[in-house]
Amino acid sequence: MRTGKIPHWADVTLVPLFSVALAFAISAVLIWAIGESPWEAVKLMVEGAFGSSYGWGYTLFYATNFIFTGLAVAVAFQARLFNIGGEGQALLGGLGVALVCLYIPWPHWSIALIAASLGAALFGAAWALIPGYLQAKRGSHIVITTIMFNFIAASLLGYMLVSVLRVPGSQDPASPRFPSEIALPKLHEILGLVGIPFSTVPPVNIALLLGIAMCFAVWFMLWRTRLGYQIRAFGESEPAAQYAGISPVRITIYVMLISGALAGMMAVNSVMGEQQRLVMNAVEGAGFIGIAVALMGRNHPFGVFLAAILFGFLYQGGAELALWTSIPRELIVVIQALVILFTGALDNMVRMPITRLFARTRRAG
Amino acid sequence: MALNEPAMRQETAASDNAIELRGISKAFGSVQANKDISIRVRRGTIHGIVGENGAGKSTLMSILFGFYRADSGEIFINGKPTEITDSESAIRAGIGMVFQHFKLVENFTVLENVILGAEAGGLLRPSLARARGLLKDLAREFELNVDPDANIEDLSVGHQQRVEILKALYREADILILDEPTGVLTPSEADHLFRILKGLKEQGKTIILITHKLREIMDVTDDVSVMRRGEMVATRVTAQTSPTELAELMVGRKVLLRVEKTPAEPGAEVLRVENLRHVDGQGVERLRGISFGIRKGEILGIAGVSGNGQSELLEVLSGLREAEGQVVLDNEALPLSGSGCDGQSRRARRIAHVPEDRQRRGLVMNFHAWENIALGYHHDPLYNPSRWRMDNPAIIRDTEGKMSAFDVRPPDPQLKASGFSGGNQQKLVLAREIEYEPDLLLVGQPTRGVDIGAIEFIHQRLIRLRDAGAAILLISVELDEIMALSDRIIVMFDGRIMGERMPDETNAQELGLMMAGMA
Amino acid sequence: MDVATIVQVLESTLRLATPLLFACLAGLISERAGVFDIGLEGKMLMAAFMSAAIAYVSGNVWVGLTAAVFASVVLSLVHGVASITFRGNQLISGVAINFLAAGITVVVAQNWFRQGGRTPSLSGNARMQRIDLPFVDAVRDVPVLGPIYTILSGHALLVYIAFLCVPLTWYVLFRTRFGLRLRAVGENPAAVDTAGVSVVRLRYGAVAICGVLCGLAGAYLATGLSAGFVKDMTAGRGFIALAAMIFAKWRPWHAMGAVLLFGLLEAVANRFQNIEILGVGVPVQAMQALPYILTVVILAGFVGKAIPPRAGGWPYVKEH
Repeated sequence: MRTGKIPHWADVTLVPLFSVALAFAISAVLIWAIGESPWEAVKLMVEGAFGSSYGWGYTLFYATNFIFTGLAVAVAFQARLFNIGGEGQALLGGLGVALVCLYIPWPHWSIALIAASLGAALFGAAWALIPGYLQAKRGSHIVITTIMFNFIAASLLGYMLVSVLRVPGSQDPASPRFPSEIALPKLHEILGLVGIPFSTVPPVNIALLLGIAMCFAVWFMLWRTRLGYQIRAFGESEPAAQYAGISPVRITIYVMLISGALAGMMAVNSVMGEQQRLVMNAVEGAGFIGIAVALMGRNHPFGVFLAAILFGFLYQGGAELALWTSIPRELIVVIQALVILFTGALDNMVRMPITRLFARTRRAG
Repeated sequence: MALNEPAMRQETAASDNAIELRGISKAFGSVQANKDISIRVRRGTIHGIVGENGAGKSTLMSILFGFYRADSGEIFINGKPTEITDSESAIRAGIGMVFQHFKLVENFTVLENVILGAEAGGLLRPSLARARGLLKDLAREFELNVDPDANIEDLSVGHQQRVEILKALYREADILILDEPTGVLTPSEADHLFRILKGLKEQGKTIILITHKLREIMDVTDDVSVMRRGEMVATRVTAQTSPTELAELMVGRKVLLRVEKTPAEPGAEVLRVENLRHVDGQGVERLRGISFGIRKGEILGIAGVSGNGQSELLEVLSGLREAEGQVVLDNEALPLSGSGCDGQSRRARRIAHVPEDRQRRGLVMNFHAWENIALGYHHDPLYNPSRWRMDNPAIIRDTEGKMSAFDVRPPDPQLKASGFSGGNQQKLVLAREIEYEPDLLLVGQPTRGVDIGAIEFIHQRLIRLRDAGAAILLISVELDEIMALSDRIIVMFDGRIMGERMPDETNAQELGLMMAGMA
Repeated sequence: MDVATIVQVLESTLRLATPLLFACLAGLISERAGVFDIGLEGKMLMAAFMSAAIAYVSGNVWVGLTAAVFASVVLSLVHGVASITFRGNQLISGVAINFLAAGITVVVAQNWFRQGGRTPSLSGNARMQRIDLPFVDAVRDVPVLGPIYTILSGHALLVYIAFLCVPLTWYVLFRTRFGLRLRAVGENPAAVDTAGVSVVRLRYGAVAICGVLCGLAGAYLATGLSAGFVKDMTAGRGFIALAAMIFAKWRPWHAMGAVLLFGLLEAVANRFQNIEILGVGVPVQAMQALPYILTVVILAGFVGKAIPPRAGGWPYVKEH
């Protein structure tokens, strides 16, 4: 069962690619089994996601969400912590954004963006802090506590929307709209400045740039700072980290704070950028997609960026598919599940043929 | 039941062999752990197997219990050729094994552990009743008393070991293998164990006792086999041999390692250790009141078979384990618990540490060489130009310097630690620790798994550090390394210091005896 | 609050506790054998869909139940292959199974029934019939005994089976050879291995039983508690069951207590939108969150630490 050695580059590229190929193949069989043409489906999805600036806009909008949640999961994975609570942290991030946007009058969107980002990060981090603290200090399994915190977050948000933030007289459990002055500039406005025409419909907005900036920030933090060094050392080898005098308690808590903050910041895109008010299902499973994105992106910010685009494509393409065929959007959930399964749980299986291939070429060469 | 009719069997079969191995060989990769091993173990005897660390004893026993398959060779049980493919077939062949690390379910009762895997039928009640009856008999017969309803985690280590023996007897084992059984026992527990073993022998059981303690061999065994470097070098009737002969056979007539060095010029005492005690996570007292001192400019070697407390001593001094007692470094106490007892605080006190297990502790195998050079020194201002940013190019430059100073090959700071050979990994660790010019260097197994060329280099570097005035505490299971490098030698046995010798006033035989607890 | 309301709430408690109980015992057996399973939710969901779909097509709820168990066991085996054979990450595998079920059920439901990812409503023999206990009408008006008997009567067969599974699980775990080995493999697989018993076979056995029980949970949900499958109908019940298992510290009788408590919370939250306790209004969301909060408190060890089986979550690698 021992997997032999394969070069690093192959491990970070071939394994995820092979996993995705497997996931696609199984999904194709599923599409075929329900009487649709897999080939037509792929064409529709690619067309719908990349065929127009409208499609691109939605793809990038979804991708922005996944960048944040994917980074959140990836940072935690770097310290060998499985933060499955991105969903709840993002919900709380939404609450932070809403409070910042509703209760403080901001003169300009740019200042509001900074404040809302901080609010989202703060609320998301706070929500991750408790599981992090309990893991570090009391050994409570972080996977279970973060799952529980997802549900507690949903209840808390439900209460806030129904009883505190709801517009008086409205039946809809949602907050009032944010002031229109602080609406975030959309991508077509930004591209318009340099004369590139872009569809005005999709909600993709400046948060995309924030997401890309966060990819850089996370990369810088992990590979260019002392904190990142300690996080990676702790994740790679706890005995070696202990030898180096790196405190497991401190690292666990810091990592969870960063992870929660990143997940929370997703709300800047979805709540402030798109909805401009807080609604119940503001996160729509993006917290969980972050798991697939991080696994697929090998916990590296650049990988996360690419994987987020892939999943953005799947979500936009899947929506188009649902529109034009009898294949529901949930097909994407199946693909997502298979990607998680193959990259995260059956990775030893996926690695086997690749290992064998390398062993053979080595013998031949 | 086999238990009730052993006397007669002993009569007829006294000259037969319970176990015979012919030409057993086993390799792990390029390491030949067992080379063409043949041995006969007479039925109804206690047969000792001795040898240094890594002599291949454990591998051989694992083959007997079905954990590994031998690459070649034959196993005969009671004269019958027997295939042992897994634990189940070993048990069926009548072999019982008491591992060094017990295989017990901690929150099960003694009875439940005893019947596990050997239950009589689908329901527990009859099995438990049967086992209870049998345990009572065994307790009476062999002083094997344990409370059958106690939970394992509430029992002392000695009692847990009895449960392991009971497990084997419950499975009607005729051959009992014990791997370093006294390593975790107090002296009186060990005496008790030997009474049990003698009782079992009288009942016709065959016992294989793996140990490094010569006194035990002399006291309880009938025959003794000596292993060295994967080979079976000799088998003797215990009554016809002596500890001195056995120690010689174990150590062999090695070409003495020579290290060019001038006599030490020790200065003032740097480190003073008084009455150091440590109890590990399992509740075993690993250090039982250790006291010694090291002076500037000397290498203090600690000899001993592994598992006698040296590792724990190293980890206590380097802040990785908590302990009781007093340790004074440069006239200032060294905290042995709480804050101030961790890797960073020790480095701040100018203590450097080359850990015994470089792949687990000393290096992050998946890190580049340069990242490993910063491990533990990641707060160094040289590497941290500002509060947050780490200056990777500066670390890489520093690594290049250290790699060339220590002749690490290939001299590529970007290579991952796992990509270097054992010797070069160790040079990397040494480069990191020595180049900081520590006042005290703690070094464990500096040349384990290191090729000959690198051994010489590493030894020279340690001498050079000593000559520069540092104090060095050297722990090694390689006796010749201790003798070649040390300016003073302490022998540890069973958590205590057996004695102190000067290298030019002692020899391997004397030290070997001390390491085996005979002083 | 009158007696009739209390009776209603308690009846509803039993019904709501039933799927939780099956799933909780499922998780308990799997984790006792050392295989963590956060995929209870997904297996239940898959079973709920299969039971409703096949019951609708065949018109027979028991055929549906069989299909549900089969589908759930298949997912269990996927988990087994990932976590036992290929020594993968058990938690990630569980997450994947939850999504797999969430996706496939809707895709297939849409394809088969074209009702937006739900199955048509079940009626007649395609649903689980309620069983009235004997003489229920006769004793209805007897004080104290009458209401209690009424609460216990009139449930689907699976409700009674679920509660019978509690003593059964306890008996199997603590009074049989299989149970002894199962618990041992979750605590110290090396002990089982050196005793000559196959760790892999035992763990697969536990995972399969877990699948069967999740199958029953899902089938009851779709054909007993409701009359058909709707998208995401488990709605976190798999995680509540997981919470109940931790709350019960992996013990069967306590598990029953935990799911009854959580079932009661849900029943009360369904019945009343706002509850006043000692004059303070408790929002319904607090009731919903309570199981999770309680579990975190237990996990944190502030009131009696929940210690999972020691070998839980780790694949067994032979060493010595």
